[in-house]
Formats: sequence, C-alpha cells, structure tokens
Amino acid sequence: MGRDRHTRIILVLLLLTAFTLITLNLRQGSASPAGDLRRLGAGVFGPLERVTAAVVRPISGAWQDVTSLGSKNRTIATLTRENEQLRTELRTSALARARAAQLDALLHLAGLGQYKIVPAQVIAIAPAQGFSWTATIDAGSRDGIAPEMTVLDGQGLVGRVRSVTSSTATVVLAIDPSTKVAIRMGGSLQIGVVQGNGLGPMTLQLLDPRASLVPGDPLVTLGSTGGRPYVAGVPIGTVDRVALTPGTLTREATVTPYVDFTALYLVGVVVQPPRTDPRFALVPPRPTPTPTATPTPTASASPGATPTPTASASLGASSSANPSPRSTGG
Amino acid sequence: MRWRQVALDVALVVTALVVELVVLARLHLPGATPDLLLVVVVALALAHGPRHGMAVGFGAGLALDLAPPTVTPLGQWALVFCVVGFLVGRARGEVERSVWVPFLIVAIAAAGEVLGFAALSVIFGEHGVGLSRLTVLVVTGVAYDLVLTPFVLPVVTRLAARLEPGGGPR
Repeated sequence: MGRDRHTRIILVLLLLTAFTLITLNLRQGSASPAGDLRRLGAGVFGPLERVTAAVVRPISGAWQDVTSLGSKNRTIATLTRENEQLRTELRTSALARARAAQLDALLHLAGLGQYKIVPAQVIAIAPAQGFSWTATIDAGSRDGIAPEMTVLDGQGLVGRVRSVTSSTATVVLAIDPSTKVAIRMGGSLQIGVVQGNGLGPMTLQLLDPRASLVPGDPLVTLGSTGGRPYVAGVPIGTVDRVALTPGTLTREATVTPYVDFTALYLVGVVVQPPRTDPRFALVPPRPTPTPTATPTPTASASPGATPTPTASASLGASSSANPSPRSTGG
Repeated sequence: MRWRQVALDVALVVTALVVELVVLARLHLPGATPDLLLVVVVALALAHGPRHGMAVGFGAGLALDLAPPTVTPLGQWALVFCVVGFLVGRARGEVERSVWVPFLIVAIAAAGEVLGFAALSVIFGEHGVGLSRLTVLVVTGVAYDLVLTPFVLPVVTRLAARLEPGGGPR
C-alpha cells in the first residue's frame, strides 16, 4: 500500500516535471534551459542517428531494391521490347521511305503524263540464266491489268506486260534483248527504235541516217496504236555515245536508260493512256548541258545517279515542256 | 543489479529511438510511423510494473523530445510516455490471462499515445490536428505497433527477466 502511494507520488512528480518543461519550452523558446537541453539531446542523439543511418543505408538501399525489383524487371522487359520494335522499325523504315519516294515519283510522272496507272511491286525477277529480262509484279487482271500494257516507274519506262494472271503479271523489261521500242528524239524529233541489251546500254537506231544525234539527247516513247504495248511520251533514257559507222542505212547510238533496272521495286502499269501525247513533258532536264562527247564509263554509272534530280526536276520540265506542243503544232 | 537494469533500459530505449527515427520513419509508410519506442516502453512496463514503467516512459519520452528531428515542445512526449508507462505497468497482472492480452495492451497504449499527444497539442495551441488525420494516425499507428509487438515484446521481456533475480515477472 505504501509502495503504491510512493509510486503515485513519483508519477505526479514526473508529470509535473514534464509540464514544467513544456511551459518552460513554450514560454521562452530556445533561449531557455529547455533550449540547452535540446542542444544536449541533439549532441547525443544526432551522431547516434548519423552512425545508425550510415550503417543502415546499404540495408535500406537493398530493401528499396528488393521492393522495386518487380517493377525494375517490368521496366527492363518493356524497354527491351521497345528497343526491338524500334530496331525493326528502323530497318523497315529505310525501305518504307525509299518505297514512298518511288511511289511519289511514280505518281508524279503518271500525273504529269495524265496516265492512269495501277501501282504494283516487283515481287520476282527472272533468273539471268534464262537470258530474258522479265519481272513479276503483284498486280493482275483483277486490278485491271491486261497484256501489252506499258509499265513504268518514277524514272521512266520499265517495260510492257506480257502475260497476266488474276493477281500477278509478267513484265518484259525494256532492257530485254527482245524488246524494241519506237522512240522519238528529244532534240530533233526524229523517230527511231531502241533495243534492249541486258544490263549493257541500249542501242538506238534512227531511221534518218543524216539526222543529228547529240549525246545527252532524251528519248521518249513514240507510242503505239491505242497505247499498246507502249503509250506515248514515256521517258526512256538519254543518248550516251554516237557510233559513227559508215555504210549503214541508219545511225546508231547507245542509250542509257533512266530506270535503274537492278533496283526495280515499285512500278506502275498504265491502264489508260492519256488522250493527248505528253511528248517530252516527262523527260527530266539533263543534269549538265555540256556536249562533251563520249563520257562512256561515267555515263554507264549515271542512271543510278540520275533518279535523284528527276522528281524535283520534272516539275521544271512541265513548265519548260509547255512550249513543245506549240512547236509541234506550228 | 539495479544499475544493470537501468543500463539495459537505457540501451533498449536509445536503440529503439534511433531505429525508429532512422529506419522506420524513413520507410514513409502511409499514416503513422511504427512506434518501436512505445512497444519497448510497454514491454518494459509489463516486465517491471508501474513504477519502472513510468520512469522508463518519462525517460524515453524525454529522449524522443530531445532527439534532433523532433520539434515538439520539450516534455510533451515525456508526459505522454510517462502516463502510458504507468498505466501499462498497472495492467501487468492481466498478462497471465491470455496470449492476446499484451497485444490488446499495445493497441490501447498506441491509441492512447496518439490521442493523448494530440490532446496535449490542442491544449498547447498546436495547429494541424484534424479529426480525419487523427483517425488515420490512430488506426495505422495501432496496426504498425501490433505488427512490431510479436518481434519486440518477447525479446525485451526475456532480457528483462534475465536481469531480475527472482525470474519471471512478479
């Protein structure tokens, strides 16, 4: 009993002490003895806490690692997936860009010539062992394609349709040795015939042996009756080298095609020829008007380089081509 | 013998305090901070009775008041812990009834601690004591302290009993 009372007295004393401390603290702020006590406490507990924190930090770091392990794994998985997607996109986007550029050029050319075309992709090329230069495109009769239609791409003439299935068509390329295309010369308006020669330069024969033939002159298709197999006005290439062979009835020259036949991808099949002959509206302007003769090795490499200026240059060609109907009409 | 007891009390209180401030508070658990100090005080009070309990409570509360991040009026925690230690010590006889009694005592002590401190804060004109905040603090505080109890209480009880020559709590 006495012990219990003793306890209560101590309790009351402690509580009074606490209250005293609180009131001291409240009334005088940090300048009070309470402030000194606080500084003492900070001096004792501060270093203790620092040491403990230093000891505990790796543990708490590990703890945080453990608790965030699931989310980190998820993040890694997500990033890996994204990375692969982006990589695939990067690989395909170059192709897609090239394809878009080709389509752009093709549509540009077709629009300029007022051709109605069906775009198609080259899906197969005949093996070179067959000595024929043909390609398969992924458009067929159900797309409105019929045999003996003209095939072109953004740069110029590709060839003609030879046979058609419902969903594919076989195209004889203009460089096929069996191909002979009637042409009209850009400069002299002379008529001639261009024959394919595989990957070598095409050969040109002009009907008039006295006609002038200047390297760099453009060639377009003359056009067949009803636009088959070749519609009129499709660019073919430029005169590369003029052969001076005496004793022949015709003049011969080699022609560099505009189309890069080793990189055929997107082509268009002309399903409806224009009502009026576009003549030379589609011919890209010659890159250098220098009439230097026989740039043989460089010119054979030039068709790969020519496509780039074509798309932008054919705009200029359309304006410069406007006088040409007048000149022919007059 | 008695000095060893005091030394043990001081060691336990300081350890609990530092761990609470450095580790448990930095976990940023929702609501209250797990009050390891309170559980230690309750355990010591249950082991030694009200006299010891209120002394340890006062000391622990004062230490909490003095330890750096605390900015409460000096003596406020001391007052609360003192009363808690005393009352828990009074209830030590009930521990024999069931295994769950200590948990009930910890729960009541945790709620009483939070509410008592809040009441003092209101009396002393502190701001920021809202009813909703108080509810969250009480609920989470009780929950966290109940989680701590099975880990802390047996250890402290065993240590305290080893230093008392008569054996278990009397």
